[in-house]
Amino acid sequence: MAVIVTEESKHKAGGGAPIFVARDAAEQQELALYLTRILNAMAHDLENGVMVLVRHS
Amino acid sequence: MGNYEIALVLGMAAGFFCRLLLLRSDYRRYPGYPHGYVTHLSLAAVASLIGALAPLALIKREYTAVTFLALAAQQFREIRDMERKTLGQLEQNELVKRGQDYIEGIARVFEARNYLVMFTSSGSSLATYYLGWKIGLAVMVLFILISNRLKRGRFVRDIAEVVPVDFGFKGAHLEIDGVVIMNVGLAEAREKLKREALAVKLKPIDDDGRAILHDAGQRQAILHTVAAVIGSKREIGEPEWTPLARKNIDTGEILLFILPNEKDLECLIEAVKMTPVLESAVNRPLKSRIGRAAAD
Repeated sequence: MAVIVTEESKHKAGGGAPIFVARDAAEQQELALYLTRILNAMAHDLENGVMVLVRHS
Repeated sequence: MGNYEIALVLGMAAGFFCRLLLLRSDYRRYPGYPHGYVTHLSLAAVASLIGALAPLALIKREYTAVTFLALAAQQFREIRDMERKTLGQLEQNELVKRGQDYIEGIARVFEARNYLVMFTSSGSSLATYYLGWKIGLAVMVLFILISNRLKRGRFVRDIAEVVPVDFGFKGAHLEIDGVVIMNVGLAEAREKLKREALAVKLKPIDDDGRAILHDAGQRQAILHTVAAVIGSKREIGEPEWTPLARKNIDTGEILLFILPNEKDLECLIEAVKMTPVLESAVNRPLKSRIGRAAAD
């Protein structure tokens, strides 16, 4: 549903889902918490500075 | 009152009583309301009347009465449909779903119990007609006991051993016994799970057990039972707390993970063990020659 990347991993994400850029890992976590609760989604960490939010039915 | 009437009354009473005993509401919370009881008891009254009357009508050479049996069978199939629809609709709002297989199983049981009622009342009325009411009563007790035995299926405790198991995070991956259960992105959620979650391993006793646990519907039924009995912190819009059951594809063991309301391992193990084995999940590879050969 959405992708959250840190500033330095910005180049790693692309495609159709909205991309949110966070300053650092801490802000990335914060954004992930807010967005998962807004979107009823779950955050998955790809451990390369990219987090994806997925709604599992 | 003649023999005929006594047989009819005793047969009916036997069927009704049998259904009353089979209609015990437990953790499945179903049927949980007086209306549910009324529905099932009224149908049981109809079933026991038909059951009691059918053999007596045949004795009196009223062969048209047999058509009623066909009508009754049709009626009871509708019960299955009714249960399936009701539970299916409730399912939409369940946080930890029963799963289609479990619903189908429950619906089937409700139908089958009405047939048990019919057998009980038929047997009792026949015995009363030919052998008197004392024997009729004895047959009634016997049939009720048999029905009670028939209603019992197998449970997870009969097909698998349930043992506690440690879990941990490798990065964002939740792992149990080397099997990845899920990827939890939120660091806070990982911490909470580490503190409060529980995990158990279901080791199938043999290849038949392994085939049963392989069934995704059976696993969902286990999760539902566990969540219903010990409680789960699963909440709307917070999928991190979803209980999960994943298979170790090499051993066939099931790894069950849950964030319970209270961290009580013993209760979790007991809850897993008390889950019924679903009829639709039953598979017996060991009954075939090739299955036995493949098992060793």
